[in-house]
Amino acid sequence: MKKKLSTGEMVSRLLAGDRRAAARLITLVENEMDDHHEVMSLVYPYTGKAMILGITGAGGAGKSTLTDHLIGKFREQGKKVGVVVVDPSSPFSGGAFLGDRIRLQSHSQDDGVYIRSMASRGYLGGLSRATYDVIRIMEAMGNEVVIVETLGAGQDEVDVIHIAHTCLVVVTPGMGDDIQAMKAGIMEIADIIVLNKADLDGTDRSLRHLQGALTAGSFEEGAWMPRVVPTVSTANKPEDLQGIDELAATIAEHQTYLRKTRAIDRVRYDRVEQELGLIFKDELQKIIFKGLKGTGKKREYINSIIEQKNDPYSVVEEVLNTYLLPWE
Amino acid sequence: MNKGRKRRILIAKPGLDGHDRGAKVVARALRNAGMEVIYAGLHQTPLQIVNAAIDEDVDAIGLSILSGAHKTIFPKIMTLLKEKGASDILVFGGGTIPKKDRVELTSLGVGEIFTTGTDTHVIIDYLNRTLET
Repeated sequence: MKKKLSTGEMVSRLLAGDRRAAARLITLVENEMDDHHEVMSLVYPYTGKAMILGITGAGGAGKSTLTDHLIGKFREQGKKVGVVVVDPSSPFSGGAFLGDRIRLQSHSQDDGVYIRSMASRGYLGGLSRATYDVIRIMEAMGNEVVIVETLGAGQDEVDVIHIAHTCLVVVTPGMGDDIQAMKAGIMEIADIIVLNKADLDGTDRSLRHLQGALTAGSFEEGAWMPRVVPTVSTANKPEDLQGIDELAATIAEHQTYLRKTRAIDRVRYDRVEQELGLIFKDELQKIIFKGLKGTGKKREYINSIIEQKNDPYSVVEEVLNTYLLPWE
Repeated sequence: MNKGRKRRILIAKPGLDGHDRGAKVVARALRNAGMEVIYAGLHQTPLQIVNAAIDEDVDAIGLSILSGAHKTIFPKIMTLLKEKGASDILVFGGGTIPKKDRVELTSLGVGEIFTTGTDTHVIIDYLNRTLET
């Protein structure tokens, strides 16, 4: 069964919403198998309509638990939901322990929800290299919302902004003062800051710091002003949960803002630009290493750099001149 | 073939017993052997496990059962996999499972059952060997 279906057949099944086909195609794309590019070309016309929601924040802040609640909110609206959850790969073995499904159980028997765990596979920035394509596959599958949850992020894992239309950054009380909140990086990519575990000591103080830091910025007339939404995403009784409805409403508000002001056009443009850059980088590297293969030149270059006879920039320039000159 | 393909393994605990130490030890060992382990955790129903295995496109499902319910759970999972056209996914297991039951499970198409005290390398070798083809 595994090898019988052609790429085209798999894609038709995907478009009909077949989970197994979606799962197989994601594996194919993730492993950059031979028909990866063909798959994406076939899938591309069926993408671009879904709302893409990014969720980032430190490990243990409650990203997955919040995602679980948000899936529920979108399902109430009758929307099909795809979810990509990224966890880190081991820098030693290359293996991974992907544990986000544990918190995403409320919808494990719902056919309208497709969840896929991915390992970062050495890609920096909080996502995995294949995340861009996996989102597209989920869109083509018929999901109207795709949630992308990053691995536990620190200060600088901000790539989710190149993918998501609306970006949530999840923080918890006691994670630092207004100085932390004013730093560049993760805090400035938030459209919505979620102050989760807002039943812990220090919530009021954190709320003041976050709001203070946000209002210290200057915003263009009509631009989106990031909001802070306090939530309690884990409770023994459902009635003790807090802020989930407000969070869903704030996400909807941001979506309306994106559409009304046409800011979404800018988001889409930036996203494609970023992706093109990545693909060029990957493909050029492949072409060049392929060109060097078997010539013994790669080893020669590397050794010349180690022996200080050459430097990496000169080598790259020389190789580019050799391989890309015919294009000029 | 599939040289660049990473092995993906779902580790889950079906049924009601809450002893997940064994499942976690195995999950960690597989991670350290370079595999991507999707850890589904406790109290999983057979349907949840099979759905997760399909969505995650895993090569194998590892089940840890210490409650004595193996003769109910394994057959259910094998049936569901067949129904959903996913019989190519290897199912293996571990826990407290008597020898005579192991033979019965194997006849249903279940792979190796590793009981308490098994060296994790034995499991890794088994997976590498079995998933090769």
